[in-house]
Amino acid sequence: MRFGDGAAGDAIVELAAVTKKYGSVAALRGVDLLIGTGEMVAIVGPSGSGKSTLLHMIGTLDRPTAGRVRVAGHDVAGLSDRELSALRARHIGFVFQQFHLAPGVSALDNVADGLLYSGAGLKERRKRAREALERVGLGGRAGHRPHQLSGGEQQRVAVARAVAGGPDLLLADEPTGNLDTAAGSGVLALLDELHRAGTTVAIITHDLDVAARAPRRVRVRDGLVVADERAGAVGR
Amino acid sequence: MSGLVPARLGPRDVVRTGLAGLRTRPARAALSALGVAIGIATMVAVIGISSSSKEDLLRRLDRLGTNLLTAKPGSTLFGDQAELPETAPEMVRRIGPVTGVGATGEVDATVRRTDRIPVEVTQGIAVQAASPDLLATLGTGTASGRWLNAATERYPGMVLGSEAARRLGVDAAGGRVFAGGRWFVVLGVLRPAELAPEIDRSALVGWDAAERYLGFDGHPTTIYERSTDASVNDVRDVLARTVSPEHPEEVEVARPSDALRAKAEAAGAFAGLLLGLGAVALLVGGVGVANTMVVSVLERRREIGLRRSLGATRGQVRTQFLAESLLLSASGGAAGAVLGAAVTAGFAAAKGWPPVLPAWAPAGALGATLLIGTVAGLYPAVRAARLSPTVALAAV
Ligand SMILES: Nc1ncnc2c1ncn2[C@@H]1O[C@H](COP(=O)(O)OP(=O)(O)OP(=O)(O)O)[C@@H](O)[C@H]1O
Ligand SMILES: [Mg+2]
Repeated sequence: MRFGDGAAGDAIVELAAVTKKYGSVAALRGVDLLIGTGEMVAIVGPSGSGKSTLLHMIGTLDRPTAGRVRVAGHDVAGLSDRELSALRARHIGFVFQQFHLAPGVSALDNVADGLLYSGAGLKERRKRAREALERVGLGGRAGHRPHQLSGGEQQRVAVARAVAGGPDLLLADEPTGNLDTAAGSGVLALLDELHRAGTTVAIITHDLDVAARAPRRVRVRDGLVVADERAGAVGR
Repeated sequence: MSGLVPARLGPRDVVRTGLAGLRTRPARAALSALGVAIGIATMVAVIGISSSSKEDLLRRLDRLGTNLLTAKPGSTLFGDQAELPETAPEMVRRIGPVTGVGATGEVDATVRRTDRIPVEVTQGIAVQAASPDLLATLGTGTASGRWLNAATERYPGMVLGSEAARRLGVDAAGGRVFAGGRWFVVLGVLRPAELAPEIDRSALVGWDAAERYLGFDGHPTTIYERSTDASVNDVRDVLARTVSPEHPEEVEVARPSDALRAKAEAAGAFAGLLLGLGAVALLVGGVGVANTMVVSVLERRREIGLRRSLGATRGQVRTQFLAESLLLSASGGAAGAVLGAAVTAGFAAAKGWPPVLPAWAPAGALGATLLIGTVAGLYPAVRAARLSPTVALAAV
């Protein structure tokens, strides 16, 4: 484990000796990882190396088989499923490779429904959804339904949904995997912007250029973190 | 304490999530709601129709009264047909609370449209002698022409019961019919006598005329008697003895309204079978809803995963699918109740019944659909809630 990157209180994500097994398959085999508040981290590695599993651990979508996960100051092991749900609703936003937008529902309501579990009323949800859509540059497309939007626009709607609740942590699993280069860089620029505005961002990517641009790269292989590089520093 | 408490969804938001799935697949939702609707409509209509029919019978009973008694000859000790004394109607009239007495006496003759028709052809029509006050006692009247009076009861004239007239092809008074080897003028045609359907199938002749032209022996075969409502039972107790003081055991006393009352009671019982049929249809509808819900959960695993990633608790996912199932079956139930009520109204109108739908029928229908929605939705909802978020998200 690396220390000295900042006090533990500064870290929004702390993984210590995290193992995740699916039956006999070990997807993660003892991962230590600290992500400081406000950081932007690119997670890279070959297919099947455990990147998505790692992101699920960070996002509290699943519990580790062994090891400790702390997110936003909460030890996941000590939380009930209800508390984990509340943690996700309050602190974490997800963006997936498939956009997971509800068909036949306007962009505005797709984003607004993402706030359903935050406890806001419908009017408040729509207001915040409109603001989020404006942030991703789709203010004018609020009334459009997913099939009327391009792939890049759909993913931007999904990003708006993820950030509308003002999460501390934004997790993206190959957000550009289904997009062409131009649309992909639009979405990445958006994530970059959110990072600059203070959101902690962790993004899984296969795109080496994208990874190279990130201030920090975590390299995963066979369920282990094999490299943790920062811009301007040389990896071990 | 972690201080992490999931937000509660208000009722409106629960309905919103429940509607989400139905809105994306309206045709499927409509079809599975239709299954419930058919079951509910059947049950509501069965209840409505039998209630309307019963109400109609009870109203008729009210109108016709329950104070009419009949006395007929039974059989003698030796099994022969008994005979009522000729004086019987007069004796009955002397019972204190009796307000009206009428009598008919069977005549051994057949009535035919013309003299060309063979004498054996009865067409199920009985030729009977009738006392003048029969009509008033039965509480019916003539549809055409006149009832027997002091003058016409001596002449070869007939008053036809409604069914008898129809079978003889007589529309109105004025024509003639052939009986006992001679022509009889049709004096009148009666309206249906609901408490005495045997009169409908009779051709009635005056007492004297029957004796003179048709060989009638003068013995009454049915005595109709009305009394005050309060004394019906008292009169019933003494009627047989009054009619035939020497052989009261040979007299059969009956209350014609009892048949109507029994019919009214039966209207409810008969509905039981059809109700069972409706329940089966409803059950099939419920299975349809359950099927739709199972498929819906399977198809929407990624949505479930997404909602979990957005912070939905297991309980909220369960509630969402339960709400969807309830909305599905309740909308089917509501449509079915309306349809059932409409069928009741239409059927009652066609039959001339007062449309009656007891309030417990739609209330019960609502209860049944809520129960069905819960039962049908519970298993899929629980399965949806148990899905691990990561597995749900990875679903194709
Ligand atoms: N639910 C599961 N059940 C069984 N095995 C699983 C499950 N999820 C992941 N695995 C296995 O764990 C390993 C890591 O999977 P993971 O999805 O984390 O890889 P990844 O790095 O995201 O790959 P890719 O780049 O292809 O998305 C793989 O060998 C995978 O087969
Ligand atoms: Mg992956």
